[in-house]
Order: sequence, then structure tokens, then C-alpha cells
Amino acid sequence: MPLLEVNSLRVDYPTSRGTVHAVENVSFSLEKGKKLGIAGESGSGKSTLGLSLIRLVPHPGIIVGGCIKIDGTDIVKLSNHEIRAIRGKKVAYIFQDPMTSLNPVKRIGTHFVELIRTHEPTTTKEEAFKRTRSMLKNLGILPERINDYPHQFSGGMRQRIMIGLAIALNPALVIADEPTTALDVIVQAKILDLLEDLRKVYGMALILISHDLSILLERCDKIIVMYAGHMMEYANSTELYKNPKHPYTQGLLQSIPNIELEDQKLSAIPGSPPDMHNPPKGCRFWPRCSYATENCHLKEPPLIDVGNDHFVRCFLYGEKGAQQ
Amino acid sequence: MSEPKVKRSILAQLMPWLKSLARKGPSGWMVIAGIIIVLALVIMTAIGPWIAPYNPTATRVGPIRSPPSLQFPMGTNHLGQDMLSRILCGGSIMLQVSALSVVICFLIGVPIGLFSSYVGGKFDSAVSLVIDAIYAFPGLVIAIAIAAMLGPGVINMALSIAVVYIPSYFRVVRSQVLSIKELAYVEAARATGAKWHTILLRYIFPNVIPSIVVVVTINFADAILTAAGLTFIGLGVTYNIPDWGWDLTDGRAYLAAGAWWIILFPGIMIVLLALGFTFIGEGLSELQNPKLQR
Amino acid sequence: MGLRAFIITRIILTIPTLLLLLSMVFIIMRVLPGDPVSLHFEKKADPELMDSMRRQLGLDKPLWMQYIDYIGGLVDIGYFMQHGYPNLGKSMQTFEDVGGQIFSAFPATLELAIYSMMIASILGILLGVLASKSYNSVLDHLIRSFGTITYAIPVFFLGIVLQLIFGVYLRWLPTGLRLDPKIEPPATVTGLYTVDSLLEGNIFKFFESLKALILPSLTLGIILSGIFVRLTRINMLETLRLDFVTAARARGLRESTITYGYALRNAFLPILTMMGLQFAMLLGGAILTETTFSWPGLGRYIVQRISFRDYTAIQGAVVMFGLFVTIVSLVVDILYAYFDPRIRL
Repeated sequence: MPLLEVNSLRVDYPTSRGTVHAVENVSFSLEKGKKLGIAGESGSGKSTLGLSLIRLVPHPGIIVGGCIKIDGTDIVKLSNHEIRAIRGKKVAYIFQDPMTSLNPVKRIGTHFVELIRTHEPTTTKEEAFKRTRSMLKNLGILPERINDYPHQFSGGMRQRIMIGLAIALNPALVIADEPTTALDVIVQAKILDLLEDLRKVYGMALILISHDLSILLERCDKIIVMYAGHMMEYANSTELYKNPKHPYTQGLLQSIPNIELEDQKLSAIPGSPPDMHNPPKGCRFWPRCSYATENCHLKEPPLIDVGNDHFVRCFLYGEKGAQQ
Repeated sequence: MSEPKVKRSILAQLMPWLKSLARKGPSGWMVIAGIIIVLALVIMTAIGPWIAPYNPTATRVGPIRSPPSLQFPMGTNHLGQDMLSRILCGGSIMLQVSALSVVICFLIGVPIGLFSSYVGGKFDSAVSLVIDAIYAFPGLVIAIAIAAMLGPGVINMALSIAVVYIPSYFRVVRSQVLSIKELAYVEAARATGAKWHTILLRYIFPNVIPSIVVVVTINFADAILTAAGLTFIGLGVTYNIPDWGWDLTDGRAYLAAGAWWIILFPGIMIVLLALGFTFIGEGLSELQNPKLQR
Repeated sequence: MGLRAFIITRIILTIPTLLLLLSMVFIIMRVLPGDPVSLHFEKKADPELMDSMRRQLGLDKPLWMQYIDYIGGLVDIGYFMQHGYPNLGKSMQTFEDVGGQIFSAFPATLELAIYSMMIASILGILLGVLASKSYNSVLDHLIRSFGTITYAIPVFFLGIVLQLIFGVYLRWLPTGLRLDPKIEPPATVTGLYTVDSLLEGNIFKFFESLKALILPSLTLGIILSGIFVRLTRINMLETLRLDFVTAARARGLRESTITYGYALRNAFLPILTMMGLQFAMLLGGAILTETTFSWPGLGRYIVQRISFRDYTAIQGAVVMFGLFVTIVSLVVDILYAYFDPRIRL
């Protein structure tokens, strides 16, 4: 049984200007210890998708359909009390901006101790502090700083602390939402390496959410490409890199600058992401697609199985959908 | 902050604004409710002398200290005066005092605030220091001190209340001016050679108005309560004029005898009037603050 | 900078403000009215009597000298050591030391202020938190209405109503005075009856003084709570939307930990500042409350002095109020720095 199974997930945001279908009909699975990447631009729904996996879609968002099964249990149906037991312990989430994700009036040691004693209440304070100190060492932070406040750390160190908090209880799954966007490039690589090292030690599954497809190609086993709330392509990363099927994916791959090429013209996908209050009818990508046909304006393409565990949502590859 | 507007005629701005208020949700309704309450009480007080069944200052029109009845729906006090008539006419002192204090505050606080914050520098710092010292002081204590020195009377009460509230106007105006005066369009005006008083009056002042309106309403509400307080202490007006504050103070002596109606109705009227202004102020400030809208 | 350095700096900064305040009071009470002595005697009195009074109170000296005497008197440590209270002049009515009268009346006001502020803030914060957690529900609207309405009620009106209900009709609580006249007050250590009776070990006196405190502090507390309700609610709503709150939820922390340890602790600081600001309002309300409940504090003192046209005493009392407010705002600033480590740096 896969660790995570998502089936036909739909998440809506009812607003005063109309309902935004932030995530529509997304299905995928993730095995234990494997790495999944979710790629997409801002507004693609990738963050909403990530947050829905721990049922923390911000108000007024709401999961309106589908199921999310973690080790067989559909978390959409769990009570508040039950889902709280899962958050932080079985599934952990690393937020995008480390500068604002820590409680400014609590010492970082307290963040850890609090976490440990909430989920493992029989732990004594000394035990918890000991574990915290060794965790800090693993993160490359001096254990003496256990009594420091978040504002006394740099952005990179705060993100390490966030990673530490995420893996402290050895979760089965870690979801990292743009873990490096708020950091400079040099720190970015270090953070991702740290995440990978710790992940290997503890055998956790990882979901990496990013707008940077190159990072995902490098570090993930499978990749989902999101656009305007829809899953456009879903494949193993090597397959996706060699054989991108969806025009959007192709566009994304083309726009990655190649350091080895001289005189490279940077290409970008023409147009901009749609207004989610009023998305295009039919295939949501058609306004920016060079292959768009009449059909694309009218009907939404189904998810088509093109073999090799590779799925595309595009009429270029047939009319029939794949069996989920 | 909303986009800067050049001054238009005030009335032209008012009418469509009132209509759109109703559409703005609970905050807008609060403002309308407040306006209705205040208007109702003002009109009641204005026509009070004509619609009152009895002369509010005439004594012994009925039995002394009689509870509410058909003939005297709000009962009578220890002088045999009809409470209903006194209630209908009793708002005038409060309204006069608060209106006067608002006018004084406005005429003094706003210009000083505009001028000081526009000029900036040491002058502004010095003025702010003095104003802050006044602001930090307990309002009622200042009002009492001044009223005690000046003596009773509508104008004196208004003056003592005004001194207390000038800092509020100053501070609100100042914070607005400080954020506006660095904006590009003010710079442009200066570059085209506009004189400082033109800039202040035609560019900066109109944008300060929304915040001032909120302060005005709070000023009104506070002034009413302070006027009642001053009367309670004995620094109010002489008792021949019907006044809610006076009845509230006076009626206290007869509570032990069980005459609850003498203080209840004036008290409720004061609360209503203060509440009306508070609603307007609260509603307006909520509307101006988009963070609170969902 | 550490906490200690901050405290010292802050205390030094208080001095110019204090000087400004004292000057303001002087201007209002001595300069503006002209001659306080003739104001004291409404009808024309024997000019020799008036001159004698002026001489005795030091009011015949030129204004600038009076100002120096005034400020000098306040910082006169020797006088303070000798009498146990500062030099605030002499009463026009009895020629007693105003300082002494004020210092004996002040503890009553302090006790009332403390309990009222406690009630106002605890009530306000609890209701505010409750309202923020049930955003836009009926409860939320009820609590918000409560917050708005309490502000519009004249404090003495509420006091009278409470006196009527609990004191007269139900006879549960006393309607005035700090203590039943039959009972002797506890030995003075702090001047606060509740604290002193506990220090004395006398539980009976403790409860009796507490009983007398309930109605007046409830009155003042309820009126003041309104602003705390609204402030807490708004700050909580804003804070609950912040990233670190969501991050805390993502770690599976308990809702109570999040409400109090994460949201409230961060939303608390503006509330603390407001507590300091509200002290000024509280003193104003205390004057009216003390009058309503015949509470023998500084407020009632000042009202009595007004009826006696005792202007020097009124001035002394006003100065006392100003000092009190300044000290409170100092304490609040220090507490703020203690709670928010970012401020100290």
C-alpha cells in the first residue's frame, strides 16, 4: 500500500467574487521513502495542494471532494483531534518563509520541547531538551544557542530550524513548500542538501513544492506539473526530462537556462497565468499553447496514459482518459 | 491609504457616499444607525419645548416623586416636575457643550496639527512634546481643574472639555500629514511653486478629513460623557435648565426612597446619545480600515 | 542593550516630560485664573484676611518665585524624609499640609485602580479571545456590542445602578466606604486594605475589605473593559492569521497552546500598552466612582476640595494624578521591553 494516495482531490475558495477552484481533480500516489515534486507557477494551486495534505487550507478554502489517504486512512474525514495527532508526527510541513514561521517570543529550544511533549507527553523536560540539543547539532547549529530567540538567527539558520522541527519526530512524510525561495542561491543548495541527508537517515518520503523545475528534476523521483489548479503532467523525473509531453512542461523545460550554452536566448512561455476567478473554458492552458485547437477551447482534456507510468492531460495524445 | 483626491464640493461627495454606505455591510449599517439615533435626539431636543406636555421647569404639575403613570409616563421628581417633559428638553445643554467643544477643538487642533507636522523639524518636535504631555494626562482631571478655575456655564464646560481633546485632533492630523506630505503629488505641487498654505489647504487637508471625522464623533461622545461627569461633581450648570446630567445627579438622592425613574430615563438618554456618536465613529473607522473587512 | 540599561535610559527620559507636566498644571492653576485667593472668597472679603492668607500660602511672591517654590517643593528630599510626603503646599481651608492629606487618601485610590484594572483587563482579554475564536458568529457580535456599549455608559450611572441592585434591593454588598465602620482597618503597611489584612493574617478583614471593593471596581472595570475587548479581538484576529500560527498548527500543537502561547502572547503587547494608556482614563473614572461610592480616595478628595474652593489643595491633587500617570507609563514601557526581547536590542 502506498504511503500517500490522493484521489480526485478538489479544493475550492468561495470568495465574494465567485468560487475559485484552486485544485481540481488531482490524483497521485507516493510510496514510502520516495520523493515527489510538485511544479507550477504562482496560482497553479501547488501550495493549496500541499496544505490540503495536512488539512490546513487557509480560510475560506475548503476541500470539497476526493480523498487523501495516508497509510490507508482518509484524512479528509478525520476529526480535528485526530488530524492534530498526525500533523507534526506522521506528516510534517516546512513553510516557505522562515523569517515569519517561528514564534518571535519563544526560544527556539522551546519550539522543539513543546513539539516533542505535545506528541509524546511521557517525555520528561530533560529528555526533550537533550533530544533538542542533539537535533540542533545535526542541523549544524551550536547547541548553546538553544535559548536564543528566532530573531537572533539568519534566514538560512531559521530554515534549518524549520527543517529540524519538521523531522524531529521522525515523520513518514515531509512536505516542503518552496523551502528555498526566500533564501539566496548558495544557501539554497545547502538547505536542500541538508534536507536530503536527514531524509536518507530517517527514511522519510518527501514532497517538494517549487516553481523551479530544475530543482525538482534533480532531486525528485516523480514530478507533477500543475497549471491553474489542474494536474497537467505526471511522470518519473527522468522520463519527464527526456520526454516532456505537455506543451506547458515543454515550455518550462525550455525556459531553464543552460550554463553550458553560449549566447543562449532566454525563452519564456508567452502570456501569463489565468485569473482563477474566471479561468479559460476547456483546457486551461489553451490561451498560451501553440498547439491549441478548436476542441481545446470547448472540452477539458482527460488525463491520458502514455505508457511508462507517464500521464498527460492534453488532447494531443488522444481522446480517452486513463483508468485511475 | 486611498488615492489622493483634490478637494471637491463637500455636498457633492456626501450624497452618493451616504447611499453607498448601506451597501457596505454591517459597518455601514452601524454608521447609518448612529446617524439616525443622533438625528432623532437632536430633533427631539430641538422641538422638545413645543411637544412637551408640561413646562419642564414648572414645579408641582403633579404629585411629588410619583412613579411612571399614564399621565406622567416617566414619573415626576421631588419638585413635582414632569420627567417626560424634562427628558424631551434635557439634551440641549449636552448638545451645546459637546458641539461647542468640538468646534473649538477643530478650530485649534487641526490648524496646529497641519502646520506643525508640515513644517516639521524642531518646531514640530517641541509642539508634539507639549501635546503628548497633555494627551497623557487624565482627561477628566484636566477638565475638572479648568472647570474648577473657570466656574460653571456652558462655555466654560466646553472650554475645559476642548483642552482635553485638542491633542487627539493634533495627533490624528499629524500622522496623516506625515504620510501624505512625502507623496509625489505634493512634491509636484511644490515644484510648480505653490505656496505652503495652498498646498496645505487644497492638497493635504482634504485627505485628512476622513480621519478627522472619526475623531469628531469620538470627541462628541466623550464630551457628552464628560459633561455629565462634570455636572455630577457639581461643575455643571444651574438647575433651572432641564438637563439630563443634572437629573441624573439630582435623582441620586431619592434612590434610597425607591424613586428609580428619576435617574433611569436621563441615564438611558445619555447612553443613547453617546452610543449614537460612537456607532458613527466606530462604523466609519471600520470602513476606512480595509484590514477588518473580509 | 540589556534590560537594565533600557530601564535607566527610560527613567532619565521621563524627567523632561514630568517637568512639562508640572509646568502645565502650574499654568492652569496659578497663572490662568489670576488670583486663586480672591476666587476662594467668592464674595468680597476683608482685604487684610486675603493678604494674610496670601502670605501664609506663599501666594504673594512673584509668579516665577512661586514656580521655583513649587518645583523645589516637589524635589525637596529633606521635607519628604521629615514628613513622609512631598511638599505640595498648604490647604486654603485648613492650612494643613496638602501632601499629607493626599498621601493618606491616595492608597484607597490605588487599591481601587488596581482591582478595576485587573477586572477590566481580564474580562476584556477573555471576551476578546472568545470573540476572535468564534469570528462572525452571534457570540462574536454580542461581545462586540458589549464592548461598544460599555464605553458609552457614564461610569457613575453604572455605579448607581449596581448600587441599587446589589446594595439596596438584594443587600448582598455594601454600597460605600472601604470597610464597615465597626471594623478597624488593618495595620498600615501598603495602605491597601486587602494586602494589609493578608499581611496581618486576618482573613476576616480581608474578605470584608474585598466585599467593599467589589462594586466600585466592578463598575470601573466593566466600563474600561470595552476597549480591551475590542483591542484584544482585533489583535487576535490579525495574529491568528500570521505564518507562525499556521506553522504551529502544522506541527499538531494543541489549540489552547496556539491560542494562548502563540496568538495571545504576540497580540498581548499592544494590549499592555493600552493598559498603560487606560490608566489615565481610569483615574478620571475613579473620581466619579469614588464620589458615587463615597470611597475615601484621591478622587473624592478632589471633589470635596472643589466644593470648598480650596485651590491649593486641588492643585496638589492634580499634580499627584499627573505623577501617578507618569510612573505607570514608565512601568508599562519597562514591562513591554521585558515581554518583547526585540525591543531591547
